[in-house]
Amino acid sequence: MMVIASGAPVRVSASRCVLLVPRSLQRLFKMQFMLLFSRQGKLRLQKWYVPLSDKEKKKITRELVQTVLARKPKMCSFLEWRDLKIVYKRYASLYFCCAVEGQDNELITLEIIHRYVELLDKYFGSVCELDIIFNFEKAYFILDEFLLGGEAQETSKKNVLKAIEQADLLQENIDFQTRLFGGVMVPGLASEASGLFQT
Amino acid sequence: MRGLAVFISDIRNCKSKEAEIKRINKELANIRSKFKGDKALDGYSKKKYVCKLLFIFLLGHDIDFGHMEAVNLLSSNKYTEKQIGYLFISVLVNSNSELIRLINNAIKNDLSSRNPTFMCLALHCIANVGSREMAEAFASEIPRILVAGDTMDSVKQSAALCLLRLYKTSPDLVLMGEWTSRVVHLLNDQHMGVVTAAISLITCLSQKNPDEFKTCVSLAVSRLSRIVSSASTDLQDYTYYFVPAPWLSCKLLRLLQCYPPPEDGAVKGRLVECLETILNKAQEPPKSKKVQHSNAKNAILFEAISLIIHYDSEPNLLVRACNQLGQFLQHRETNLRYLALESMCTLASSEFSHEAVKTHIETVINALKTERDVSVRQRAADLLYAMCDRSNAKQIVAEMLSYLETADYSIREEMVLKVAILAEKYAVDYSWYVDTILNLIRIAGDYVSEEVWYRVIQIVINRDDVQGYAAKTVFEALQAPACHENMVKVGGYILGEFGNLIAGDPRSSPLVQFNLLHSKFHLCSVPTRALLLSAYIKFINLFPETKVTIQEVLRCDSQIRNSDVELQQRAATVLEEMPPFPERESSILAKLKKKKGPGAVSVTELDDSKREAGELNGGGERATDSAAMAASNASTPSPSADLLGIRSSAPMGAAPAAAGSLLVDVFSEAGPAAPAAAVNNDGFLRELEQPTDTSDSLLVEGSGDADSAPPSEDPAAPLPDADDLLNKFVCKNNGVLFENQLLQIGIKSEYRQNLGRMYLFYGNKTSVQFASFSTTVSCPGELQSHILFNAPLNVQSKPVEPLVEGGAQIQQVLNIECLSDFSDAPLLNIKFRYGGALQNLTLKLPVTINKFFQPTEMTSQDFFQRWKQLSQPQQEAQKISKPTTAWTPRSSSQRYIAGFGSALLDNVDPNPENYVCAGVIQTKGQQVGCLLRLEPNAQAQVSVTLHLAQCERRAQQQVELETEGIERKDGEREKKDREIRLFFFLASLRSKQSCCPPTHTAPLHSQTLTSPSPQAAGVRAPAENMLRGQLSASDQLSLLSACDDLQEAVEEPSSSSACDDLQEAVETFFPGEFYPSVSSCDEPAGGCRGAFFIQVSSILLSAPVTTCRRL
Repeated sequence: MMVIASGAPVRVSASRCVLLVPRSLQRLFKMQFMLLFSRQGKLRLQKWYVPLSDKEKKKITRELVQTVLARKPKMCSFLEWRDLKIVYKRYASLYFCCAVEGQDNELITLEIIHRYVELLDKYFGSVCELDIIFNFEKAYFILDEFLLGGEAQETSKKNVLKAIEQADLLQENIDFQTRLFGGVMVPGLASEASGLFQT
Repeated sequence: MRGLAVFISDIRNCKSKEAEIKRINKELANIRSKFKGDKALDGYSKKKYVCKLLFIFLLGHDIDFGHMEAVNLLSSNKYTEKQIGYLFISVLVNSNSELIRLINNAIKNDLSSRNPTFMCLALHCIANVGSREMAEAFASEIPRILVAGDTMDSVKQSAALCLLRLYKTSPDLVLMGEWTSRVVHLLNDQHMGVVTAAISLITCLSQKNPDEFKTCVSLAVSRLSRIVSSASTDLQDYTYYFVPAPWLSCKLLRLLQCYPPPEDGAVKGRLVECLETILNKAQEPPKSKKVQHSNAKNAILFEAISLIIHYDSEPNLLVRACNQLGQFLQHRETNLRYLALESMCTLASSEFSHEAVKTHIETVINALKTERDVSVRQRAADLLYAMCDRSNAKQIVAEMLSYLETADYSIREEMVLKVAILAEKYAVDYSWYVDTILNLIRIAGDYVSEEVWYRVIQIVINRDDVQGYAAKTVFEALQAPACHENMVKVGGYILGEFGNLIAGDPRSSPLVQFNLLHSKFHLCSVPTRALLLSAYIKFINLFPETKVTIQEVLRCDSQIRNSDVELQQRAATVLEEMPPFPERESSILAKLKKKKGPGAVSVTELDDSKREAGELNGGGERATDSAAMAASNASTPSPSADLLGIRSSAPMGAAPAAAGSLLVDVFSEAGPAAPAAAVNNDGFLRELEQPTDTSDSLLVEGSGDADSAPPSEDPAAPLPDADDLLNKFVCKNNGVLFENQLLQIGIKSEYRQNLGRMYLFYGNKTSVQFASFSTTVSCPGELQSHILFNAPLNVQSKPVEPLVEGGAQIQQVLNIECLSDFSDAPLLNIKFRYGGALQNLTLKLPVTINKFFQPTEMTSQDFFQRWKQLSQPQQEAQKISKPTTAWTPRSSSQRYIAGFGSALLDNVDPNPENYVCAGVIQTKGQQVGCLLRLEPNAQAQVSVTLHLAQCERRAQQQVELETEGIERKDGEREKKDREIRLFFFLASLRSKQSCCPPTHTAPLHSQTLTSPSPQAAGVRAPAENMLRGQLSASDQLSLLSACDDLQEAVEEPSSSSACDDLQEAVETFFPGEFYPSVSSCDEPAGGCRGAFFIQVSSILLSAPVTTCRRL
C-alpha cells in the first residue's frame, strides 16, 4: 500500500468558484432565476428570485444564453454551470431555462417548465413567441400565479387559469381582453408565430 | 393598450440597433413630457406609459423615471392598473428605493382590503421584492393571514410563499413562535394547492429549527402515503399526466430528508411502504407514452432514492434503488442516464450499496466511451471515480486513461487529477503507478499539473525497488519522437538521479541517455532546459566518462551565451568540473590518515591533501597558494577557469528552486501520512528542500542541533581572539583556524561566485576519545535580526560523528551561499566531552564578504572610465590609515592584495606605486561591481578609495548603500609587525523586492504619520542636525526608520502625490544634491526610494564608522 495516499489536492475549476449569493443564503433559494430567450438569443422574459444587481443579471444572462444555445438537440436537459444546475428545454423557437440549486430535483424542474408552457398555451390558446413578446405582462402575471419566490404556489392548471381569468374579468376595458397582437398584426419571424407545442 | 402594441411592433421593425435606440429615446422623451405635462393623466394612460417603460427596461435599457407614476397606479381601484403598477415595482424597484414607504403603504391598504385578488397582488409584490424594509413592515402580519380561518385558499398559498421569501432574506424578522403548530398543520389542509405552497415554507423552517417542526414528519408521511396509494384520477387537477401530485410528493420527500428516519415504528413502517410502492411503480408499464408522465414519475423516484440514501439504513431499499438506477443507465432518455449516473455516485459511498454499484462498472465504462453529451460523460467519470476501490482500480484507471485520449478539453484537467489520485490511492505495485503517471503525461501532458509529476518523483525517490524500473520506463518513454515537456522533466529528474541503474545495458549507456535527453533540449522551455542542465551535472557526477561529451556539446551550443542568465550560469557550471561529493572524498581522507598517522594535520598537510585531491579529480594544476591563485585568476577570468569546482548542491538545488518549494508544499499538504523524514534521507530531496530544517539537512541558523546538543548548554561566547583568528583568513582560504592542547581545527575553503564550500577538519590531539562531539554553525544576532530580509548567508552542514577517537581526525563540509551582503562572520560552536568535562568553544568562521569577489580584468582605459563614472559621492568611499610598519615592496604585497579577491591590475595606474583592483561581489540577489585603488605614499599612509557600480545585468535594481568596515590583516603571524590595516566601504545593491522596509524599532516621533508631508517634515529636523554632525547613532537609526515609513506611504498607490512630497523633502535636506532618478524613473515610488537611500546613506558615510552599521 502506498504511503502517501492521503490528500492529493483536488483543484476546483475556476469556473465553478463564482457564487451568485453567499452560500448560506443560497441554500435557501431553490430556483434562482428563470429566463426565456429565443433561438437568436433575445431575452423574452426574466424572473429573478435572488437579489442581484442589474450588472450581474446581464452578465449571467449573456453567459447562460451562449452556453445553452451552443448545445446540441439530443443532449441532456441539465448542465452544471458555475455552482448551479441549469435545467432547460426548448419549445419551438423559445428556450425556457431555470437555474436551481445543485441538490434540487432536475426532473420536477423540467416539469415546472412544461407546466408553465401549458399554462401559457391554455391562456393564449396555442401560444407562440409573439404572444409572449406582445403580452409580456401577462406572461409575468401567469408566472406569478404559478411560481412565487421560486417555489410552486399552485400546480393545478385549472386553479391558476381561474385566478388569471378572474383578474381579466375585473378589467373594465373590454378591448383589452382581445389579444393585442391580433389587432396589430406585424410581420414577424415565422418561428415566433408558430405555436410552442408544434415543434 | 393599443399604443403599447404599436410601440412594440415599431421596435421590432427597427432594422438596426441604432434605429431601435433612436425609437426608444423618442418614446422616452414622449413619456417624460406626458408625465411632466400640466394635464393630469388618466389611469389608463399612466398604465400604458408605465407598461412601455417596463418594456424598454426589459429590452435592457436603463429607466430612471416613472417610479412615482407606478406607485400612483398601486392605489388605483382598477385591477389592471394596480396590476401593472405592482409589476413595474416588482421588476424595477430595488430594495433601498426611497419610494419604499409609499409602496409599503399601498401594500398595507391592499392587504387589509379583504379583496382576495388585491391581497394576492400585494403578497406577490412582497414576495418578488423581498426587501428588508418589507420584511420589517409585514413579517408580523403575514403569518396571521396565513393561518386565519377565513382566509381564502389562494391568499393562503401566496401568504405562505411570501413569508418564505421574507424568511430567506431576513430570518431574524420572521418569528413563527405561536403560529408554528398551526403552520405545520397546513400539511393536513384539504386544498392541495395550500399544502403545496405551505410545504415549501415548512421545509425551509425545518432546516433551521428541526426540533420545533418535528411533528411535521408524521404528518408528511401520512400525506405522502395517501398520495402514493391514490388512484391516478383521485386528485383531479393535481394529477399530472397520470401521476398524482408529483410536485407535492417531491416536496414531501424532500421535507423528510431534513430529519433522520422516524423513530416511531408505525410511522417508519408506513414510510418504508411508501418508498417500496414508489420503487414498485417504476417497474409498472407506463400509463402514458408522454415524456411528462415518465418525468413526473421518475422525479418522485429520484427523490425517494435521495431519501433512501439519506437514511442509509435500509440495505434492502438501497440495493433496490441501485438496481433501478442500473436500469436507467441504459435508458434511451439521456436525461435519465444522466440522473442515474449522478445518483449512483452518492450510492457508491454507502457501505450497503457500494458493491451493488460496482456491478454496473461495464455499463458505466461504456457510457464513458459512447455518450455523446459531454456532461453525461462527466457524470460517468465521476461515478467511476466514486466506485473505484482496490479491486477494480486497475480496470478503472485504464479506462479513464484511454478515455482521456479523446476526452473533452473542458474536463481533462479534472480527469488527470482523478487518475493520478486513484493510481496513487489504490496502487498495489509501484511499477503500475509509475506506468500510469507516465501514460498520463504521454496522453494529456498539458493537463498534468506540477503537483502530479512532482508526486511521481517523490514516490520514486522514496522507493528503492521502483527506481530502476522508473529509469527504464522513462528511458523508453523518451524514445518517442514527440515527447511532452512534462515527460522530459520527469525524464531529466529520474535519469539524472537513477540513470546509473540502467547504465549497465549498452542500449541505455550513459551516453545514450544523455543524447536522448539532449535531443529534447532544444524544444523545451527555459525552466525545463535549466532542469536538464542540472541533470547533466548529475550525469557528469554519476558517469565521469560522459564529461567530455557533455562539455563538448554544450560548448558548441549557445547556452553560455543564452540570454537567460540562469541558463547561462548553469551551462557554465556544467562546463566546469563537478566537485566530488564529500562521501567520495572520504577515501582520499582515509589514505591521508593512513599516511600521516594519527595526530594533527598541519597546514601544509592540508595543502598536500588538497593538491592530491586536485590530481585525483583530474583538476589539473590547482593553485595551492594565493599568489598562484591570483595569477590564474588574473589570466583566466572566464567562467570556465579551471578551478576545482566548488559547486555543491546549489546548481542542482537551485535548478528546481521553485519546484523544490512546491514539492515541499505538496508534502506539507500530505500531512502526517507523508513520512517527510523518510524522504529526506534521500539526497535528491535534500537538495530540493534547502529551506527546511530537517534532520539531516541542517539549515544551520542558530536553531542548533537539538539531538546532539543538550539545550541547557548554551554555546559559549566567541573566543576573545576569534577576531584575530578570523582576520588571518581574510586573504587566504586554507590553514589552521584554531589550535589548543586538545583540538586542532584545520580549514580548507573554496569559493565561486556566491557559493562556497568549506572543509573543516577536527583533529583530536589527545589519546582519549572525545564524546558527544557536535558542532553548530550559526549566524550572529545582527545578521538574523532582519526578519524581513533573508539571512544573508545560508550555511548548510551535516552533523559530525559524535565520537572522535584519540589521535583521529574527522571532517565536516559546510556549503555556504551568500544571499546578500553581510558584515559579521558566522559562528562555529563546538561542544564535546573530554574525560567527562564539557568543552565548549565558539569561533568565527572565516567567511567574509570579499570571499565572494569575482576578479575582473580590465584595461587602463576601461578602468578609469568607470572610475570616473562611479565618482558620485555615494558611490565612493575613501579611507586613509597609517600602517603600523613600513610599507613593504610591491612584490610581497601583491599576493595579499590579490588574496583579497579582486583582480590586481597591473599597468593600469600611472603611478606604479599604486595598486588597482577590480572585481564583482557576487551574492545571490545581486552583483556589485567594485573598483579599488590603494595608494601608499611616502609618509607611510595608505589611502584606499573604492568605487562601486551596479552590475550591468541588473541595472534596474535599486541602490541601497550600506557601510561595512572590513579589516584586512596580514595573514601570517610571524609578520605581525608588518600588519597594515585597511578600511574600506562596501556598497551593495539590493534588489527592489528585498528592499522592503525593515521593521522599525524607533519611530522618530510618536505622532502617527498619516500623510507623507508631515512625515517629511518630521524627518527634516534630525536630518539637518545630522548634517551638522550633531546626531547620535540612535537618532540616525530613527531617521532611517522614518524614511522607511515615508517609503511605505509612498508605495501606497493611493498617495500618488507622495512622490512629489518626498522629492521636495529630499531636496530640502540635501540642496543641490538631487538625482534625476526621481523624475525620470518609470516607477516613481521605486525611483524615489533609491535616490532617497543614496542620500541618507551618503550622510551616514560621513559619520563615524562605528555608527555606520547595518541599518
